[in-house]
Order: sequence, then structure tokens, then C-alpha cells
Amino acid sequence: MKIIISNASSEPIYEQIGRQIKAQIISGELKEGDGLPSIRKLAKELHISVITTKRAYEELEKEGFIDTVGGKGTFVAIQNKELLREKRMKSVEDMMADTVTEAKKLDISYEELNEMLSILYDSSED
Amino acid sequence: MKSSMKCCPFFMTAVKIKVKETSMINTLEISNLAKDYGDFRLEDVSFNLPQGYIMGLIGPNGAGKTTIIKIIMNLVMKQQGQVKLFGKDHQEYEVAVKKRIGFVYDTPNYYQHLNLRQLKNVVAPFYENWDEAVFNGLVNHFNLPLKKTLKKFSKGMAMKASIAIAMSHHADFLIMDEPTSGLDPVIRREVLDFFREFMQHEDKSILFSSHITTDIEQVADYITYVQDGRVIFSKTKDEVFEDYALVKGGNDLLDEDTKSALLGVRSGAYGFEGLTHNVKGARAVFGDSAIYDPASLEDIMFFTGMKTRKVL
Repeated sequence: MKIIISNASSEPIYEQIGRQIKAQIISGELKEGDGLPSIRKLAKELHISVITTKRAYEELEKEGFIDTVGGKGTFVAIQNKELLREKRMKSVEDMMADTVTEAKKLDISYEELNEMLSILYDSSED
Repeated sequence: MKSSMKCCPFFMTAVKIKVKETSMINTLEISNLAKDYGDFRLEDVSFNLPQGYIMGLIGPNGAGKTTIIKIIMNLVMKQQGQVKLFGKDHQEYEVAVKKRIGFVYDTPNYYQHLNLRQLKNVVAPFYENWDEAVFNGLVNHFNLPLKKTLKKFSKGMAMKASIAIAMSHHADFLIMDEPTSGLDPVIRREVLDFFREFMQHEDKSILFSSHITTDIEQVADYITYVQDGRVIFSKTKDEVFEDYALVKGGNDLLDEDTKSALLGVRSGAYGFEGLTHNVKGARAVFGDSAIYDPASLEDIMFFTGMKTRKVL
């Protein structure tokens, strides 16, 4: 597991942790049943508050990525492939929603936006 | 269990960070503490430290940090209010609660003619839980000489020796007044790392005061900010940094109205910089033409102290 925290980022630290663990679960680097460090261990390693790591784990648990088994620790939850895809779709949707908001602020029309999207889509490697 | 809990929706939205605790026990509970020295007063000081966390007590020099710590340790008599340690009154159960406390005081001046081994032999018999192995482990960990007289110790060595002495009776609660002040950055880090290691056990707690705000930013879970004998806030570090922000913008954005949204403001030839403890509220006032930067504890101390400082 790899987690890099930026103190200069405007993204809250608990979100940085959550995002990175999620990405590693989705990419398969972290597999079902893999153990995660304890809240206190992670806080110590990352030099952050126990409250922050606790919050990161709570969010991941709520989203179904990890399970905490009382007395045993925290593990990568058994993932439903469909659900995973759905979650990733949801994150694409969220990013698109942000794009739309930003575009509207700049008075970019739907047609212009669509054109930008199709150029980006075609020029993207994968 | 929770079914009987009533909670108004307004309150629910106010609590941003909810820490799920199976049993939230407070190691330290302070309520309505007051002490009048004539020229200085502690007033209505209240805060709690839940078990398993580190609390940093910050504030400018003379804010009352040391007085609060001395009252907790019953070295100074309070005039009003209540202090509970491990759920027990700190005076009524003084002997029992102090056994569970490791107290590191500013600089120990007594016994300067002794070496560390001799000092240990003086202190150890006072604690029935004294653990020689823990002490020797810490002496090794901190690389402390046992045969050098204490007066020849550097400030860093003296602090580490105090910590080693304070920690060798299996204390559950470490209370320290300015443990890192006067130490060089390398030793400061070593001491902070030791705090982190200590906190691997979730039944331990730490309260330490410091005016070195970065130390508190680095290790504290809770921050209690004291100024002029009063508690300005006591909350989780995450809440502090989510609530407070530096607002920067052109002077055209500043008028009597908008100024009231800031806790303190410094205006220069090319723009202003001010502190808010409600980023959302400030955004509503200043809009997108201002910049909202994260505020450091130092910023918070500087701007909240502005009202009471005469010049500026």
C-alpha cells in the first residue's frame, strides 16, 4: 500500500487517504481480504491525527470498500465487480458534473462542450 | 441504545466531524475553571480530552497555559470549577489519579548535582508501578548518559531525561508544559515521534502546552486555544483547519460591513489579509474575487490576538 499526503493540497487529508486507498482497491493493487494498517499505526506513519485516519476509514467503510472486524482489524471488503464499475461510473459522472458547472460559468454552449469532449475522447491513448 | 437520543437537525449540521467511539471516555474534564491573580484571571475555562488522543494547548505567552496545567496537577489551587482526571475529582482522588499521570514540568532544577541513575533512585520509590525495564529502554532510546551529572545535560537531554522519568511508571496520561520549547528541530522531532509511539495504545492520552504551533499542528488530535485566560476554542485539529481560513483580496472589498466577517484584518497598500472562522460565511461575503488560503495555527493566533493588542 502506498499513501502520499500533501499538506499543500486543498483536498482534505482524509479525502486524500480515501481516494488513494480506493484507487488501489479498484486497480487491484489491494485485493479482497488484504489487511489495512490500524487507525493508530496509519496515523503514526503518516504523521497525522488519529481522528483523520479514523474519518478516512469510516468513509471507506460507508462506501463499502473496507470492513472493520472488531478485534481483528480492517480489511479490503469483498468487492462486487458490478458495484465497482458503478462506483467508477459515478466518479466519472461527478467529474462531468464539475465540468458542466465550470463550462456554464464561462458560457460555453452544449455544442462547444460536446465538441471539446469528442476531441479529447478521440485523442486519448486508451 | 441510540434510540432514545433526541437531536435537533440544526445541531446535527453543526457537527461536521463525528468520531465514532464505542465508548468515549474522557481522560480529562475541565469545567468552569476560574482563578483570579488580580492582574491576571483565568475565566470560565472548560474543555475535555477524550481517552486515546493528544491535545495541544496553545496560546501566546501569559495566556494561562501553565496555570491551567498547574491547576490540573493541583499545584495551584483553583477558585472555581471542576477538574476530573479519569472521571475522578483531581483533589479528592489526588493520590490515585496522580499515579496514572506522567508529569513533565518545564525544567527540573532540583537535583542538578545528581546523575540520571541517582535521580532515578530518588524518584522510583515514589511509584509502586515503577518499571526499571521501561526506564532503561527509554534511556537507551533517547541515548541518555546515566553517569553524567544533570547540570551538564543539554536542554534536549534534560527534557528527554524528564520524559524518561515521567514515563517509567506506566502512566496513562502524559501532561507536559512546553516539552519542546528550547529544543533543536532534530530533538523536537524525536520527542514528537515518541508521542506518536506512546499513542499506539488507545488507552493513553497526552496533554501538552506549547507556543511552537507547528509542533501542535504535527501531533495534536485536539487543539485548545487559550488567550487572556479564556478558551477561544477547543476542538479537533481537522475542525480547526476546516473552519478557519485566510481571506485575501483587494482593499475595495473591505468596508465596515465586510470587515465584521473577519476576526482580524491587516490591510496594506496592495490588498488585505484577514482571518475567518467560517469559510463558507466569508465566501458569501467576499465572493469569488477573494482568495481563501488555509490558515496555520500561527495565523490564527496572530489575527485573533489583534483585538487585544493595541498597535497594528
